[in-house]
Amino acid sequence: MDRRDFLKHLGWVISSGGILGGLSADAWAKMLNKTYDTTKHYYGMGIDIDKCIGCGRCMQACKTENAVPAVPYYFRTWVERYVIKTDRTVSVNTLNSDEPGDVLVEKDVLRSFFVPKLCNQCDHPPCVQVCPVGATFKTDDGVILVDSKRCIGCRYCIQACPYGARYLNPETRVADKCTFCYHRLVKGLLPVCVEVCPKQARVFGDMKSIASPLGRFTRMNKIHVLKPSLNTDPKVYYANLDGEVN
Amino acid sequence: MKDFFKKLPEQAVRVAVVFLVFVAVVFVIRQFIIPPEMKEPALQQASSMEREVAKEIQYAGAQICEQCHEKEPQIKKIGYHRDLSCESCHGAAQKHVENPTEVKPTSPKKRDYCAYCHKYNSSRPTGFPQINPDTHNPRKPCITCHNPHNPKPPTTPRSCAACHAQIERAKAASYHALIACSVCHTAPEKHKTSPRTVIPTKPDKREFCGKCHDKGSPRKGAPTVDMAAHGEKYVCWQCHYPHTLGGI
Amino acid sequence: MEAAQNFMELSKQVVGFIYPNEIDIQWSILIVVYPYITGLVAGAFILASLVKVFNVKELQPTYRLAMLTALAFMLIAPLPLQLHLGRPERSYEMFMTPNLTSAMAMFGFVYLWYLMLVLLLEIYFEYRRDMIVWSSESTGPKKWALKLLSLFSTDISEKAVAFDKKTVKIITIIGIPSAFLLHGYVGFIFGSIKANPWWSSVMMPVVFLFSAIVSGIAMVMLLYMIIIPLRDGKIDMKCLDRVASFLFYAVIVDFSIEVLDFIHRLYESEESIKILSQLVETKLFMSLVVLQILLGMLLPLGIMVVIKVFRLQEEVRKLLYFVCGLLIQLGIFSTRWNVVIGGQLFSKSFRGLTTYKMELMGIEGFLVALALLIIPFVILSILIKLLPPWKKGELAGS
Repeated sequence: MDRRDFLKHLGWVISSGGILGGLSADAWAKMLNKTYDTTKHYYGMGIDIDKCIGCGRCMQACKTENAVPAVPYYFRTWVERYVIKTDRTVSVNTLNSDEPGDVLVEKDVLRSFFVPKLCNQCDHPPCVQVCPVGATFKTDDGVILVDSKRCIGCRYCIQACPYGARYLNPETRVADKCTFCYHRLVKGLLPVCVEVCPKQARVFGDMKSIASPLGRFTRMNKIHVLKPSLNTDPKVYYANLDGEVN
Repeated sequence: MKDFFKKLPEQAVRVAVVFLVFVAVVFVIRQFIIPPEMKEPALQQASSMEREVAKEIQYAGAQICEQCHEKEPQIKKIGYHRDLSCESCHGAAQKHVENPTEVKPTSPKKRDYCAYCHKYNSSRPTGFPQINPDTHNPRKPCITCHNPHNPKPPTTPRSCAACHAQIERAKAASYHALIACSVCHTAPEKHKTSPRTVIPTKPDKREFCGKCHDKGSPRKGAPTVDMAAHGEKYVCWQCHYPHTLGGI
Repeated sequence: MEAAQNFMELSKQVVGFIYPNEIDIQWSILIVVYPYITGLVAGAFILASLVKVFNVKELQPTYRLAMLTALAFMLIAPLPLQLHLGRPERSYEMFMTPNLTSAMAMFGFVYLWYLMLVLLLEIYFEYRRDMIVWSSESTGPKKWALKLLSLFSTDISEKAVAFDKKTVKIITIIGIPSAFLLHGYVGFIFGSIKANPWWSSVMMPVVFLFSAIVSGIAMVMLLYMIIIPLRDGKIDMKCLDRVASFLFYAVIVDFSIEVLDFIHRLYESEESIKILSQLVETKLFMSLVVLQILLGMLLPLGIMVVIKVFRLQEEVRKLLYFVCGLLIQLGIFSTRWNVVIGGQLFSKSFRGLTTYKMELMGIEGFLVALALLIIPFVILSILIKLLPPWKKGELAGS
């Protein structure tokens, strides 16, 4: 759907007086019309494993920004800690962003690092393919969204996501996930996890713009994505990712 | 045609009528009664995006802070915390932007908050400044010695361990425990203030390690090898990690 | 506080590492019940089609019973799906904007096709003449119910009845691929999930199909053996032996396919093999190795071999067939459990296992599942009352 269609449909919806409340919808339509063109952007994120210090500020900020249930599970973004011992055994756990945790000194560590995770905003999203009602969809600017008004909560998308990025929101009873903070993007702000990351381990950018931090990131680093064999074509790009991560 | 219908048994006609009525009812309902926004995916996606876009912002973003606060961002820009967004420490501040007098952002003053980043954790990248809060001036709030907007050690670090605790810890348990860092590394003074841009040296010759570890070296107790025959083209530390016990 | 407690309890059950969002099992006991029920529908229909299409005369006494069983279970099949939805009130969306790339979106259409165009039509043409006769013999609401069900048809001339017979045969011929479609499709819902190595297999629809045939035949056999004595009839041993023999072949095919799938996985031993082996050895040992394979498949196979080799007495045969039927139901239910629940017990990080704790009460709990398994039998008893599968003479064994 190109932009003209988008706006035409928009106008149609508003004039049909259907699902949108009058004023705010009108205001947003104007804003989208004037300042934001979905077809002119295509978003992606870069994550540098060597820079992540595992402070968990991204997890905490994401929960605040996106009203994710404040329980120790359900995350739109989370950080995993990998410890690989000299005998090649691997142990992994998810960071607890609510407290700094203990001083961690393990013996016989071969290598150890943190891996931030989030929805990969796949170019070939399996979740969109399987959604029976088309409630989850890819926008022109490359973000996968869930229509919380139409999702029936069948959870097929949660089963189909190879990355565990989706969860059933216990309050709305519909599928929920990272949106790259879509409501911030359109207003020119960064996704909140990128905003608060103290080490710039997360880099955000528009792949359609000539110069963006993401452009430099993908030029200067060797890039890997998660589970490439599944052909989902993630748009979250990792630098210095370890082969043990999946 | 007429003959065909006449030939059809009456039960087939009845079934056909029921079926056609069913199809017609479904068609009419779908085509004429259901409003378009219930059956047009394009419309639904547009309205869904509108709802997404209309969601409230909690974190205002770093740029806007500078419009009112002049001092702190200026200090911060030259220090180690220059990459930090204000809200990384002060929390979501959009409400404060909208109503600066009544809503104040948080200002963490306890040791716990700094510990999120600076408590020692072996998974953190080497060189990232980390401390053990139990031994590093216990109970004293961090901000009494460190200005959070321009954090640096109150004095220039005296020991390498201030930043390289991980290496220090490993070395303390290794055979090289008594050898000072400066024996093998030369650290320019500027490394202490710009650790990333000015980097200390590493031994670049085999002979350096050979002083103790070559066959016939005068040093007693150190394991020796015939350096002429052993590992010819490599510098020693390309295989041996000199900071750990056994040096593997 | 409660959430934290819940988390502590859940995380104690976790072995190794799982992604944080994987703490919940998404598809519960109801989704186990769903393929079990549709499997019974497809299987019962295949048994019925043996009579009409392949002219297996001995099976005639089970034909109408099989059709009614298929219908009774088919009417309940969408219920477990409906009840497990996060937002059940929105299920109509599936018909408003079906997403054509989604296997699940096709459910409504496959279901309607099978229910309306196959089952209902076939039963209508099969029973039409009898319904007209019965309605003229009875009074009150039953008379009108039958009149309505026969669509107020009145023609019982030989020509019309001959047309019915021909139509039934045509519908059955269309019905066989439809039954394959119905259950193969349920298998595809699981088999097409590439993120899940336990499910993702091209064999999945085939395994589902043959296990469906096994469970359907066994169910009709059980029902036949229960209902006939209840109606003071005599069990037709020729028919029963023949049903059991088809069941035997179906179990062999089903077992071979499952073994093939198993060997293939083991031999290819892909990335996921470690976690899947751990899954089978620990969390699924009881339900997969003991219930599904040993009790649900090998034991009935052994019993049926014994029946075939030694010429046992009629009464002993009946008893053994009955035991076989029950064991097979148990086995196929375990199969569904192992696919649906088993596929969610390991993390997609392949580094850990989680646990499913079934609720007792709740809408996705044990009692609802049990009710969903009982209701089809209630519907079947009503259907049998309204549309008796056997005439008096047939019951007496003539």
